[in-house]
Amino acid sequence: MPKKQLQTIPWWRRAKNFAAIGSIGLATVIVILPLVLILGTVLYKGIGSLDWNLFTQIPKPAGELGGGMANGIAGSVMILMIASIIGIPLGIGSGVFLAEYGRNIYGNIVRFTADVLNGVPSIVIGLTAYALVVVVQGHFSLLAGGIALGIMMIPTVSRTTEEVLLMVPQTIREAALGLGIPHWRTTLSVVLPSARSGIITSIMLAFARIAGETAPLMFTAFGNQFWSTKLNQPTAALPLQIFTYAVSGFEDQRRQAWAGAFVLIVMIVGTVLIVRFITSRGALKGAN
Amino acid sequence: MEVDIGIQVQDLNAWFGNTQALHGINLQIPAKQTTAIIGPSGCGKSTFVRCLNRMHETLPQARVTGHVQISDLDVYGRGVSPVWIRRRVGMVFQKPNPFPTMNIYDNVAAGLKLNGLGSRRQMDEVVEKSLRSAALWDEVKDILKKKSGASLSGGQQQRLCIARALAVEPDVLLMDEPASALDPISTSKIEDLIFELKARYTVVIVTHNMQQAARVAEFTAFFLMGNLVEFDKTETMFTKPSDKRTEDYITGRFG
Repeated sequence: MPKKQLQTIPWWRRAKNFAAIGSIGLATVIVILPLVLILGTVLYKGIGSLDWNLFTQIPKPAGELGGGMANGIAGSVMILMIASIIGIPLGIGSGVFLAEYGRNIYGNIVRFTADVLNGVPSIVIGLTAYALVVVVQGHFSLLAGGIALGIMMIPTVSRTTEEVLLMVPQTIREAALGLGIPHWRTTLSVVLPSARSGIITSIMLAFARIAGETAPLMFTAFGNQFWSTKLNQPTAALPLQIFTYAVSGFEDQRRQAWAGAFVLIVMIVGTVLIVRFITSRGALKGAN
Repeated sequence: MEVDIGIQVQDLNAWFGNTQALHGINLQIPAKQTTAIIGPSGCGKSTFVRCLNRMHETLPQARVTGHVQISDLDVYGRGVSPVWIRRRVGMVFQKPNPFPTMNIYDNVAAGLKLNGLGSRRQMDEVVEKSLRSAALWDEVKDILKKKSGASLSGGQQQRLCIARALAVEPDVLLMDEPASALDPISTSKIEDLIFELKARYTVVIVTHNMQQAARVAEFTAFFLMGNLVEFDKTETMFTKPSDKRTEDYITGRFG
């Protein structure tokens, strides 16, 4: 058999290849650039502005130097905990319903509602919590802030949980049903564990999204110059504090706003990393 | 035919939406024997076995009418839960489908554990017995709780699925092309296994491989376009088929 000469790739194909890969690369850079700029600025300005007082002191009256955001950090942690207690179970529950029992008119109603809720501006959700909780209670409160953010979590967790569950192969469900395991048991002990890492991702995405929300807290948690972690009292929150200080006329408050933004980002990223670390241990190797 | 009847099927019809997949099937499947279901793709073989343990109805828009009797059990009887049926009628699927999040031990024990049956001490015995029955024990006895079911080879996974089905001690074992995704060596292991299992179980195996039917099954049923064309001893079926269509299929004229 005659040896076939290996053909070299013609120049125009190389050029096309270069142009295609180049434009994809450029698009990637353009997408990532804003993120890098934001993170870079916050890191640069934030780390430079950090001091211990931020974590140990409550705000000083306007014009006085010093003070910190200890009450805002604590308030944010409390609000996010309440939001998670409300948002995660309801989100996962409705996601499971949609994926496993929702191939019907009821499922479509829930699906449509969740999508609409997902698109509702956060300030409107804040107003709703104001009308339902603040007006009824008669004053702003930590609880109202937690409820507002919790409501925001539900549609994100719900719809992504549904998608992740639908990605679990049908054959796995059939295997369980074929053993005489009831549908609810199959869902709980076979399907949900198989989708665990996806569901955790969806929770983390929703968590990261609400953790930085400011608008819904303005007329629910409201903010507080003093230390308070009581459920029924107005409470300081990190995003609120950052918002107030960022537009302040005082140089020292603007400095603290940068530091607060940095702390907020570290809190979010830290939570996500810690949850990932904890949940990745103990899982079977080769399971995914 | 002078054998005990394991599964009595009367006038069984099955639909997907408006498409009828099975037309009035009447069949008496012998107990403690292996029966092969053969036929070209789309002839309703899989649908038929999935009607025997009420798996067909788990698909959207699927419907079944007719009567299936497995010993004392009226499969489509009023008030009979499909869950009970499936505990008595085990199933092995075409593609090995171990539970990916469970180790080997838990895969085998799943049917009992998730149904809240069996004590912990019993469980060890059941797992060992089932794995031995599925000819997998020696290969996995040292890694029972260390490795995921999904980490085994395809052939081992399929035997794991057989062990998992046997662990709930069914009367009947349905196998839907259990070896079609496996290499020849794994296939022959599964076939040997089927040969041993028939002493204790009524086995129904769907296959598109006629040599396989000839090797493992005493009885064979030939399906065509949702109809049962012929049912007989495998030997008779492959040497003197009574229906022209069976002969055409077996000799490779179509299908």
